[in-house]
Amino acid sequence: MTPLNQVEGRAIPLGLKNVDTDVIIPAHWLKTTTREGMGRGAFESLRADPDNLFDRPEYKGAPILIAGDNFGCGSSREHAAWALGDLGIRVVIAPSYSDIFSGNAVKNGILPVVLPQAAIDRLLEVAATDPVSIDLEHQTVTTPFQDRFTFEIDPFRKMCLLDGLDEISLTEKSDAAIGAYEDRLDAERPWMRPAA
Amino acid sequence: MTRPRTLYEKIWDAHVVEQRPDGTALIFIDRHLVHEVTSPQAFAGLRTSGRTVRRPDLTLAVPDHNVPTTPRKDAAGNRLPITDPESAAQLAALEKNAPEFGIRYIDAVAPEQGIVHVVGPEQGFSLPGATIVCGDSHTACHGGIGALAFGIGTSEVEHVLATQTLLLQPAKTMEVRVEGDVGPGVSAKDIILHITGVIGAAGGTGHVIEYTGSAIRALSIEGRLTISNMAIEGGARAGLIAPDETTFAYLKGRPYAPKSADWDAAVEYWRSLATDPGATYDKVVVIDAADIAPSVTWGTSPEDVVPITGTVPDPASFADPSKQAAAAKSLAYMGLEPGTRMQDVPVENIFIGSCTNSRIEDMRAAAAVLKGRTKAPNVKWAIVVPGSGLVKAQAEAEGLDRIFIDAGLEWREPGCSACLAMNPDKVPAGERCASTSNRNFVGRQGPGARTHLVSPAMAAAAAVTGRLTDVRELID
Ligand code: SF4
Repeated sequence: MTPLNQVEGRAIPLGLKNVDTDVIIPAHWLKTTTREGMGRGAFESLRADPDNLFDRPEYKGAPILIAGDNFGCGSSREHAAWALGDLGIRVVIAPSYSDIFSGNAVKNGILPVVLPQAAIDRLLEVAATDPVSIDLEHQTVTTPFQDRFTFEIDPFRKMCLLDGLDEISLTEKSDAAIGAYEDRLDAERPWMRPAA
Repeated sequence: MTRPRTLYEKIWDAHVVEQRPDGTALIFIDRHLVHEVTSPQAFAGLRTSGRTVRRPDLTLAVPDHNVPTTPRKDAAGNRLPITDPESAAQLAALEKNAPEFGIRYIDAVAPEQGIVHVVGPEQGFSLPGATIVCGDSHTACHGGIGALAFGIGTSEVEHVLATQTLLLQPAKTMEVRVEGDVGPGVSAKDIILHITGVIGAAGGTGHVIEYTGSAIRALSIEGRLTISNMAIEGGARAGLIAPDETTFAYLKGRPYAPKSADWDAAVEYWRSLATDPGATYDKVVVIDAADIAPSVTWGTSPEDVVPITGTVPDPASFADPSKQAAAAKSLAYMGLEPGTRMQDVPVENIFIGSCTNSRIEDMRAAAAVLKGRTKAPNVKWAIVVPGSGLVKAQAEAEGLDRIFIDAGLEWREPGCSACLAMNPDKVPAGERCASTSNRNFVGRQGPGARTHLVSPAMAAAAAVTGRLTDVRELID
């Protein structure tokens, strides 16, 4: 995973609430057995409009997306995070996310920044004409106009993003603890093993 | 004395492998359900990194999302090829990956095949007090038997395959208590639609919802699975319903459920899981069952719920300006005018199926309305998709298939079908569908499709009249 710390660039001022994962990547793009190339299907229904934000020259390859409440709600498909990543997005800024989406985002090196609606409104205004900067280490979002918003992030997620860490390798360090748990489970609730 | 704990806290505590200082914990996963759409990249990841599946015995794979619901075998019993090359490739990948990694596999033509969330409880693979995951957001379904079950993404599928654990943040707890008796024609689906309307699509974010109260206790397991299935539509991570005698009676004797002395030990443990008196939830919502009518959605968020006797709301009637904008957009997509009576909305398509409503009780409820009736001429496409091969066989044994076919509906093979419209079962653009599934999102049932979420009995009633209909008018 590519480490992420500072991201600066144009931010797509989507602003919509309840953008679900079907909007981010419609189901018919899910029939693949690989992770690449999903960007072509990203926001397909919105991009059907010739005047859509995503395909305007100033937002092509923009690394930031600004959205409304409950971004990434709906289906758990991780393809949503792959599609955003394939589109070039490294940071999403929204007042809230679905839990599954924010987890998937972090696992794929995308930072979900949570900011209050007032900050979002201001950033949407700035994004119309100017770039936005994110500094994960210092947990700030800034603009060329001296706006400075700080955000909270779970320290573990922050570390994973900063170091580009793969979670499976991290968990494998706990192999002995997992083995001990399995032994305990077999002793205390042996019937938990499937009967057939 | 130990601190009183909720059902959620007890299940969580029993699965902590390692507590981390930052509040997260490594949680052991008791059961992992795998299907063909969200797993190929996970298996590919294992192969690339040279990893194996840590506990193949705790993993069950079954194809459901993408399999066609048209006959899978010819008259001679030979398997028919899948025409869509991508669907065929996903199915072939699962068929190859399961044996390669030593995982139990129910193949596409097995009698037990079906939607993962129908198959898990039906096979007794899902158990109360277990942690269950699957790469599908409606995994919350298994909370209906008292399992802590949630949907995960493909990276997590790979993580669980490799380590049988997940690193999780504890959730907050929310109690949704439904007290009293529901009226005639009101099913579990109406209860959960009503709840979603009350708490909102983000009302449960960060929480695990425990459904309690006499109206929930009175439900069968089928009904409880329907309720918990849609916990995610209220934004929750998972839903839970405490296991009780109804749960035990449902699970006893199922293939993977504990047997003889093990069964008694298991039941004793499961009984101890109920929320302790005096335990507190972070949030409590109380609902009077008498307030719940047969319900229907009007918009493109599952929170857009009205009683069938209601009208399409005016976007201006919402206090929140962003909800006003969303509602206006929804109505434009749905092709609806504020003030229209829901019962005057015509529907051309009917879908009875999905892990929300495809169990035997759902089939019976729909058949009870359709018996001796036929679908309206304006209904072009009406399909009934049982949740599993076993549900299908049971329904056929009861003659329900005849009732559907005689009424002009199609009786299909089990799978997810028009719930997500990955396979050829789609609602045409601009047309409406009265659907028993769980999501009315833009494009969910096909590009441009307009979904109205309803119960099986309500979908059957709509098939008969060709418009959204109060099922109470068709039953005695
Ligand atoms: S029926 Fe729908 S919600 Fe249920 S598992 Fe299949 S796709 Fe997911």
